[in-house]
Amino acid sequence: MEKRVTFGKWTIGILFAVPQLLLIFTFFYWPAGQAVYWSLTLQQPWGGGNIWVGLDNFRSILSNADYWNSITASLVFAGISTGLAMFIALVLAALTDRQLAGSRLYRVVLIWPYGIAAPALAMAFRFILAPEAGFMAMVNQVWPGFWDPGLDGADAMASIIVAFSWKYVGYNFIFFLAAFQAIPRSLVEAAAMDGSGVIRRFWDIQFPLITPTIFFLLVINITESFQDSFGIVDIMTSGGPANATNLMVYKIYSDGFKGLDYSGAAAQSIILMLLIIVLTIFQFRFIERRVHYR
Amino acid sequence: MVERTPFLNFFTHLILFIGFVFCIAPFVVVVVAASHNLKDVNDVPMSLLPGSDFWVNIKTAWTTADLGPKLLNSFIMATGVAAGKVIISALTAFSIVYFRYPGRMLIFWLIFITLMLPLEVRIVPTYAVVANVLEPYQAILDLTGISWLIEKVSGVHVALNLGMLNSYPGLILPLIATATGTFLYRQFFLTVPDELTEAARMDGAGPLRFFIDVLLPLSRNNMAALGTIMFLWAWNQYLWPLLITTDQSHATAVTELKQLIPNVGGAPEWHIAMAGTLIVMLPPLVVVVLMQRWFVRGLIATEK
Repeated sequence: MEKRVTFGKWTIGILFAVPQLLLIFTFFYWPAGQAVYWSLTLQQPWGGGNIWVGLDNFRSILSNADYWNSITASLVFAGISTGLAMFIALVLAALTDRQLAGSRLYRVVLIWPYGIAAPALAMAFRFILAPEAGFMAMVNQVWPGFWDPGLDGADAMASIIVAFSWKYVGYNFIFFLAAFQAIPRSLVEAAAMDGSGVIRRFWDIQFPLITPTIFFLLVINITESFQDSFGIVDIMTSGGPANATNLMVYKIYSDGFKGLDYSGAAAQSIILMLLIIVLTIFQFRFIERRVHYR
Repeated sequence: MVERTPFLNFFTHLILFIGFVFCIAPFVVVVVAASHNLKDVNDVPMSLLPGSDFWVNIKTAWTTADLGPKLLNSFIMATGVAAGKVIISALTAFSIVYFRYPGRMLIFWLIFITLMLPLEVRIVPTYAVVANVLEPYQAILDLTGISWLIEKVSGVHVALNLGMLNSYPGLILPLIATATGTFLYRQFFLTVPDELTEAARMDGAGPLRFFIDVLLPLSRNNMAALGTIMFLWAWNQYLWPLLITTDQSHATAVTELKQLIPNVGGAPEWHIAMAGTLIVMLPPLVVVVLMQRWFVRGLIATEK
């Protein structure tokens, strides 16, 4: 879509874009380019120039078991938490869309978790899931040693998944509800007149119509699980125990800023960037199809 | 709905109620735990009846993590990011939609690409840039030979240096440098009728006048939505402030929360930790509750 009527003076036009261009050049393009450059060189942590090493950084990272462990952990985290957050949100939104008494209350409250900072909710869940106080302590009293995220990697992974999913159920709920409400009532009502039941209507009418939203949320949830997880991991597990929750962004942070391995961190950033770009392209293709759809 | 389904209605209420409880439970636990004393908070099972130490704990958490100045910092950062996004996005969208100049599509794509890469994945080099914001420009001068030329001609050695670590601009500017809002405005500007522009032009209004007097008042709703969502987003930032505020004076409330995690071996002061958590989670929650309509609209509009 294009405007028919525009302003002629193009120099003024560019001036309006200058602040944005300066910002993204300084804080986006330059650092992104720098990351590529660093990933191909060996940067001295305290200055003193850098040596061109080609793809060595990538080679050493990809041959490092810790890195593969962090990729696996990220994928497990992304897969399970996205699945949980989306499934729960879908069920809640579908039921809220039935608009029984009280559905307004759900609509209001279910959104709150999304407003909470990841570290704050991580703190809350760290307490709720602590092995010696809080609520899992009750389980531990019945089965001693059943639950300890400080020692057991699977328990630690479960903790961060619970915290992340809790937040994103609220987020997904907004989109699912909006999608359900965009479906014309008459369509569902006509199907009901024809005698199809609630479940049949869901699968045959509502579900196909919200698939674009499902795919959109799938991509958003997965990309967010790579970024927004940082605060949760830092507060709840610090990547432990034994690297079990050392997700990709957390590893970039700890290698780059604690280990001062800028080149290694840059190479990891590049790999993560590529991963996210692939996911985003997928997302935009999907949105295009969605526009076509309506 | 169209038919009577008592069983399904019961089932719907049941599931929604369970969802409601799961959603609200962590908030309740935080508030209740924040009101207990050291002994009660570590009781197994912890009592869900509130204790009497709520204000004492709030006060302790407030002073332990020095939350007063930290909340102010969070507030400055979040407001700065929200205002910056609202203004800069509007300017850019105006430029892209209402002008035809060479390279316009290039600018469009340059901005579009920034949506793909979040700050978290380019965190190391962005940190280096903030340590000296003029580094990119110095590099350009060096590479093009201009700094060499200047040194030859005037004898002045060009060494641009402007550090932004531990400063508000350092906290705010890199967070503004993505184009989230630009496309929200673009979509909206495209729906503004051409007749309005024609009328404004006939009345002799230039682009700036049209922008300020016609376009901005029309996009109030978009501004509220974008401002709300960006305020929340910035308030909840963690990794970036954690990195660049090495000095306590510019740390934000969210990063200070870490100070309150009970140490291994120390007293498990969960009541203080939860009081601090409550203080930090409250401002964004208030914003969500007050601005829910804009917030939801903004979320759906920016992401689509």
